[in-house]
Amino acid sequence: MKYEVIVVGGGHAGCEACFSCANKGHKTLLITGSIDKIAMMPCNPHIGGSAKGIVVREIDALGGYMGKVADITHLQMKMLNYSKGPAVRSLRAQADKVTYPKEMQRLLKEHQNIDIIEDMVEDLIIENNKIKGVKLSAGTEILSDIVILTTGTYMKADILVGSERTRSGPSNTRPSLYLSENLEKLGFKLLRLKTGTPPRIQRDTIDFSKTKLEPGDDKLYTFSYDIKPQYKIENQMPCYLTYTTSKTHEIIRENLNKSSMYGAIDEKLGTGPRYCPSIEDKVVRFADKERHQLFLEPESKYFDDIYVQGFSTSMPHDVQELMVHSLPGLENAKILRYAYAIEYDAIDSKDLYPTLETKIIENLYTAGQINGTSGYEEAACQGLMAGINASLKLEGKEPLILKRDEAYIGVLIDDLVTKGVRDPYRLLTSRAEYRLLLRSDNADLRLRKYGYEVGLINKEQYDRLIQKENNIESIINELKNNYINIPAKISLYDYVKRTEVSINDVKDKLSKEYNELELEQAEIQIKYEGYIKKAKKEAEKMRKMENKKIPKDIDYDKVPNLASEARIKLKEVKPESFGQAIRISGVNPSDISILSVYMKRYFNE
Amino acid sequence: MNDTICAISTAVGVGAISIIRVSGEDSINIVNKIFDKDLTKQPSHTINYGHIIENNEIIDEVMVTLMKAPKTFTREDIIEINSHGSIATTNKILELLLNNGARLAEPGEFTKRAFLNGRIDLVEAESIMDLIEAKTDNQRKLAINGINGNISKLIKDIIDKLVGINANIEVNIDYPEYEDIEVVTKDKIKEISEYIEKELSKLLSESENGKIIKEGINTIILGKPNVGKSSILNKLINEEKAIVTDIAGTTRDIVEGQIRINGILLNLIDTAGIRDTQDKVERIGVEKSINLINESDLVILVFNNNEKITDEDIKLLEKTHNKKRIIVINKIDLDNKLDLNIFKDEEVIKLSALDNVDELKEKISNIYNLEELNNKDFTYLSNSREISLVKKAIEVSKNLNESLKNNVPIDMLEIDIKEICEILGEIIGESYDDKLIDTLFSNFCLGK
Repeated sequence: MKYEVIVVGGGHAGCEACFSCANKGHKTLLITGSIDKIAMMPCNPHIGGSAKGIVVREIDALGGYMGKVADITHLQMKMLNYSKGPAVRSLRAQADKVTYPKEMQRLLKEHQNIDIIEDMVEDLIIENNKIKGVKLSAGTEILSDIVILTTGTYMKADILVGSERTRSGPSNTRPSLYLSENLEKLGFKLLRLKTGTPPRIQRDTIDFSKTKLEPGDDKLYTFSYDIKPQYKIENQMPCYLTYTTSKTHEIIRENLNKSSMYGAIDEKLGTGPRYCPSIEDKVVRFADKERHQLFLEPESKYFDDIYVQGFSTSMPHDVQELMVHSLPGLENAKILRYAYAIEYDAIDSKDLYPTLETKIIENLYTAGQINGTSGYEEAACQGLMAGINASLKLEGKEPLILKRDEAYIGVLIDDLVTKGVRDPYRLLTSRAEYRLLLRSDNADLRLRKYGYEVGLINKEQYDRLIQKENNIESIINELKNNYINIPAKISLYDYVKRTEVSINDVKDKLSKEYNELELEQAEIQIKYEGYIKKAKKEAEKMRKMENKKIPKDIDYDKVPNLASEARIKLKEVKPESFGQAIRISGVNPSDISILSVYMKRYFNE
Repeated sequence: MNDTICAISTAVGVGAISIIRVSGEDSINIVNKIFDKDLTKQPSHTINYGHIIENNEIIDEVMVTLMKAPKTFTREDIIEINSHGSIATTNKILELLLNNGARLAEPGEFTKRAFLNGRIDLVEAESIMDLIEAKTDNQRKLAINGINGNISKLIKDIIDKLVGINANIEVNIDYPEYEDIEVVTKDKIKEISEYIEKELSKLLSESENGKIIKEGINTIILGKPNVGKSSILNKLINEEKAIVTDIAGTTRDIVEGQIRINGILLNLIDTAGIRDTQDKVERIGVEKSINLINESDLVILVFNNNEKITDEDIKLLEKTHNKKRIIVINKIDLDNKLDLNIFKDEEVIKLSALDNVDELKEKISNIYNLEELNNKDFTYLSNSREISLVKKAIEVSKNLNESLKNNVPIDMLEIDIKEICEILGEIIGESYDDKLIDTLFSNFCLGK
């Protein structure tokens, strides 16, 4: 049996990769360690959050699944950063760890182009640096044109608790033992990364009266542009806020040497995420802080676990007991599952093209944590893009590479292939230079057309987009051509520009009723026109640099006077354009000048 | 850029010696071919006595300075040949270098290499050009200060502050529910943006002074015929030894001379066209000098003590009303016929140019507050590119303050902050601007 595409791993990257290939008509095989654990959320129970929520909308705009499935299964919805401005607003759902994976599994199983088998892939079949298929743990070979690796944290995974190191995937799943070694043999550079998860507490052993209630928003939202909200505001499950105490910090300091990360395991450990430190790290690094926030979050309607956001640790179990019981409201709490850290192999993402195809093996793609990222959303969007680009390659078409001013997805992938990662990469709004253009509210306007072009968005969805675009335009035109006397005569358009005025104040003056999202969109475009123009101008500058291509066969050893660090980095990344080159860390403006001077000669001669 | 360049680095024909500078990978080999001592055997940073030779014939007796990379101005091997000053000898040596594989340097190429090889940043590169062209002590001080990177430091400090506040804003955005990190308030942004506006405005106004030091004060002497303009001009030039006379070719007519008064450089612009001409031509001359008024920094308006006020005098008074001006009443050795009430409260200087112009010189020194300029740290932007970028940055920070007042959300404010960083980065060459590199070095003169 031969498949067009094999996807190795059924996490969030794997799911999107399967759907995008299968929906484009390619026969796809998903190989997973455990069908029941497909789309599982081994760590935090949210989908979305700052920057990530925008990515979920981008995934939806391009025809991915994460947003829709989150919309119909979540427990609570919040729009973060509402007051800080439209560019940084971002949705976050408290996901249900039972129903979300169940729904994803159902969709995969029912898809006619997707087959699923339970097994571990331990090696790749390669001929002339081109992928031909995979080898399973028992030696069985399955052939395919494309392989997409979405192995998550499973390659040589070790669970770390106190002084114990156990080879295992998250939640006692099977790790992949040999795949990373085999990748290394092919020439991939490996990184050892680490991440962690906090303990889970039994809900009815917590005294919530000692904590602060954190309800969902009282406005309805969806990630997806295709479905209406499926929940009631009053039915949302709340979260709770509590804090560490001086007692907690004391326990941590006294037992620090028992933490895997602070010497209990006497060997070099993988690099943990800077943006998601363990509680030990926080207490040590911010010694003068009296307390740290902890959010208590429900994991599902169907079981009792409460997730303690902000409390990840690799202390041994007995110390975890003491730590948990020092928290207000958790004095008598029962720990259902202990916190742990997990260490795993990842590849160096600089070995990838912006399509997520590897530079080393043709038709081999990688997506998600294997590329050094952290987070469900980061994984899902890479899975989607790897799936889209692998399919386009099968079809003999041009790849879809999103630019930094088009999507957070573009920022993420460009960062990966240009800068590489040292610690697990998390998307942050600060990583996007043109984030005023990459808003939560306009992901569809930015990306649906691409989704339609690649065939993941259907005609009906596309027509709705066009309708929306037209309506926004006519709102803006109407406002420009109608006036108000206050007492001086000004256009409604200029009136809406004022800080204290909302578009809702003038919507009665419009010729017809427009929907809320269209009005909101017009309002943002009007109010922030000056700033949007500025951002576009900046983006234009970047585009120019992006269009200044660097020939593939350039020999950096022949470019005189480059700083040696810049020379090494340029040779490693092989940037496709000046735009990409200038973003490489270690490449300075003077190196770019030199390169530019050299290129001028190169082309003149 | 691997090739080896050479050029005559001293002004040709002036001075007792000439220096020919060679820079590049092959510098040592090339010079070795025409020098009678083996330079490859000499340690770096040494001066070597010997002869320049062509076909066993001695061309000149020279001192050769050998400086091996990387501790050189261009970070390449540099050789400087100190030859005897004659034009013929110097050109001969240059020719020999060219025949042996060196290439004639493009204007500014040594400095360009220094920049591209990371030896100096942009501000420093521009300052080096200024240093070479410095004519007064103040100019030198200004140029050297640029090289020391004072401006770079000030601007880097401002950028650091802005980057710091942006980082804080972004943490607030990325961790919206965490109170662990201080929340950036609009008050805090306001504080910083006001600070920046203040600092940059200060830099700018000091730079205007810097410009005066560097480029001199364009001074025009005005007055109707026969009031003694040329006597005053000649007196100034004779007493102060004009540095240059008859600099032609500027768009603004003729600079009669450059003089230094207590270290302040004056570019004296002549309006001699008015004198001794037919009426028709004279009118054109008057028109011309009136245009010159607009371009000048200082007007010296001369009246004749021995003559009654005419319409023309009044016209000149009106025309220069908004300019920085000094009113001089000449010919006080003759009878007073001039009605002094016409000048109201404005201070006038009375003199006889045949005697001396000391009072006028003192007045000029006072206006430009020489003491103050001398004692200041010279942290000035010294060219118009930098000045216009700082103006742009001030413009954006004003924008930022305006937006703060209008309660614009914090993530928009950040766009302004980033823009300021970008603009300031351009000044010190930390932002990449393609055009800049192309144009900057072509302003340089050959051989520097």
